[in-house]
Amino acid sequence: MKKLKVLIVDDSSVMRKIVERALRQAGLELTEVLEASNGAEALTQVEKGGLDMILSDINMPVMDGLEFLKSLAGVEAAKGVPVIMITTEGSEARVVEALSAGAKGYLRKPFTPEQVKERVAPLLGGGQ
Amino acid sequence: MSSFTKAASPAAVAFDPGWKTILECAAIEVFEMMASVRPELNSASTGEPTGEVTAMVGLAGALCGMTTLRCTKTTAARFAALMLGEAAASDPSSSGDALGELCNMVAGNFKAKISTLADHCMLSVPTVITGADYSVEASEPTEGILVPLLFEGQPLWVSLVIHT
Repeated sequence: MKKLKVLIVDDSSVMRKIVERALRQAGLELTEVLEASNGAEALTQVEKGGLDMILSDINMPVMDGLEFLKSLAGVEAAKGVPVIMITTEGSEARVVEALSAGAKGYLRKPFTPEQVKERVAPLLGGGQ
Repeated sequence: MSSFTKAASPAAVAFDPGWKTILECAAIEVFEMMASVRPELNSASTGEPTGEVTAMVGLAGALCGMTTLRCTKTTAARFAALMLGEAAASDPSSSGDALGELCNMVAGNFKAKISTLADHCMLSVPTVITGADYSVEASEPTEGILVPLLFEGQPLWVSLVIHT
């Protein structure tokens, strides 16, 4: 199983921990978990390269998840890195906007580790 | 979290007493999915909510009001441990933060189940109050739903207060 370096973007530190725990409970082997509390911080992390996946909240201060997603288009190190958006909102419009902007999937809170695995595993390819 | 201004003057949605069942369902679903526990409905509860921790999430747009989740410090700490693991939950601030996230998800899950609200109602960031002696009251005309629950023998309350 491939070991993963992931970036979790959420303005809530508790939510970042919950997402990381769900990834581990889903059976994913994480070598490194980077965290950012908004899209701007996340862009800095992405530019360093080496990520296998990004999971990002939509509603955040400073730079929200949709703006972050759109900004990734201009970042070389983000090419080929799947992004999954996480949202509490029931808004289909925002999900559609995220998918149109390049997100490979989305998770709606609340979620179970099984749902995390269903969303994440197909995007990783090769033995997850 | 984004500001309320993103909900561009949607038509107001009228309060529906039938939302109580939806709120019950939304709350229990959140606890089941995020903490792997299923609180019971506390049909014997008759009093006002009590407990030292209250998480609040505001609603604006087609529905204006507030969702709250209130329980004891012990129960809040228990939820934090279930959601984050014992080690992470040892951080003193994690109990309130975890309860805030649960409240946020209850509010989001509730509105996602009502098609007229899902795209037309925004949530605020969670606010958490701790203390021994306080009540949460709205200053404007309101309708309300109170869902009393029981978890590991301890009461907790989910409420939805709507400005009418």
